[in-house]
Amino acid sequence: MSKEVHNGPTDETQARGTPYSGDPQGGAGTEQPTLDKLPLDSWHREHGGRMVPFAGYEMPVQYEGIIAEHLWTRENAGLFDVSHMGQLLIHGRDADSALEKLLPGDLQALGDMKPKYSLLLEENGGIVDDLMITRRGADFYMVVNGATKDGDIDYLRRRLPGEVIVDYMKELALLALQGPRAAEVLETIIPGVGDLTFMQGGPFAWQGHNLWISRSGYTGEDGYEISVPAAAAADLADAIVAHEAAKPIGLGARDSLRLEAGLPLYGHDIDAETTPVMAGLNFAINKRRRADGGFAGALRILAELENGAAQTRVGFDVEGRQPVREGALVLDGEGNEVGRITSGGFSPSLQRPIAMGYVATSLAPIGTPLKLEQRGKLFDAKVAAMPFVPHRYYRKGAA
Amino acid sequence: MTVYFTKEHEWIRVEGDTATVGISDHAQEALGDIVFAEAPEAGRQLTKGKEAAVVESVKAASDVYAPVSGEVIEGNPAIADDPAIINRDPEGEGWFFKVKLSDTGELDGLMDEGAYRDWVKTL
Repeated sequence: MSKEVHNGPTDETQARGTPYSGDPQGGAGTEQPTLDKLPLDSWHREHGGRMVPFAGYEMPVQYEGIIAEHLWTRENAGLFDVSHMGQLLIHGRDADSALEKLLPGDLQALGDMKPKYSLLLEENGGIVDDLMITRRGADFYMVVNGATKDGDIDYLRRRLPGEVIVDYMKELALLALQGPRAAEVLETIIPGVGDLTFMQGGPFAWQGHNLWISRSGYTGEDGYEISVPAAAAADLADAIVAHEAAKPIGLGARDSLRLEAGLPLYGHDIDAETTPVMAGLNFAINKRRRADGGFAGALRILAELENGAAQTRVGFDVEGRQPVREGALVLDGEGNEVGRITSGGFSPSLQRPIAMGYVATSLAPIGTPLKLEQRGKLFDAKVAAMPFVPHRYYRKGAA
Repeated sequence: MTVYFTKEHEWIRVEGDTATVGISDHAQEALGDIVFAEAPEAGRQLTKGKEAAVVESVKAASDVYAPVSGEVIEGNPAIADDPAIINRDPEGEGWFFKVKLSDTGELDGLMDEGAYRDWVKTL
């Protein structure tokens, strides 16, 4: 038996040359990069996490099984360790207007303690990374992807003026608690978090430790992201999973949950070759920034906002049972290549394969029938609305 | 009846000149939740070491190689209908296909069950 195709953010787990790949050498002779350990490394192992290399760390891909963990998060509350992500504090004179040269968000008008999704951009309009940015008084708290954080920090330090400082807060861990019972669970440990609404954050204290908590996440469910001193992370994780509605969830389910939620994954669905307009992330560019421009890539991005992009990110419903994964080609009715799959897999909630990718914009309308080609085999597919599974965020007045 | 195992984590149960083939418990454990499986159809000629079947978990797609050469007598329809059967009972109900051996000499050098289980512990 040999693994051929891999999927999503846990690629490295399935690379050829692992002991399970059918390579009798077990990958002997291939260079293994040194991996860092997360603050919760031993906690994951004690809880039965299967550790795999990801973003330069050993991380848990699963505990009891990806499908069970996925469904648990959709019905209860799942605890994710996302401490591989970079937590940055950006401060100094006029940090907002300096950052606006690199990000298309309206940072000057950004309300205090209101996380916003934004993008770090290249001059050519390509995406350096996607991120969450929150104004906390005069400072900005930014969370960037794990695999890209070193490059992001270099990029920010190189492009921001000298008086704007980028601190990488290495001493902090980051946990996410996601699912319809997340508020119920966290409120028992940290009273007051239930008052936050979707995309609202605030400082909290727990056992003498300062936490930063926002009501946000990457699963499409209600939930929280919790920034906690690394030294207190294991105690907090223990307190959370002591609740009968909470269980630890690995990277595998994190990927299938975000795919169902239609959320792009950097390095797969968005990268330096894609622009915010191609990726359907126009909401990250507000009215003032569209009118004024003045951010990296504005020339191309504003033109694409006006005229449309040549390619567009879409979802796909795939016929049959077999997953179609990243790298598969998208073909039109005449067999011409019109795009590529950037994420795909089996949806545990829908019990069928779903995918995400790019197609020529003329073929992007929902319902367009297309073919997907993977390893010489053709699959019938239709452009599908995203999210595949409806978002259930906790909005003001909604509950 | 004799059961053999390969280093590619397939098992082969031989009765006379007929062999039943599947993937080992270790293989299903490593793959995780299996969501798709495709067995070869009756009549197909398999060549040792070449692709015979497909198995996909949430995370990865894998080929199952033919551990022996011969003509497929029967593919297991149950694994297509309910792929999770391979997780539940990989070395029983989750078998992939039956093949009429064209060269029993190909079985020489395969591991017996004890040797395989010991070897897996070293991985």
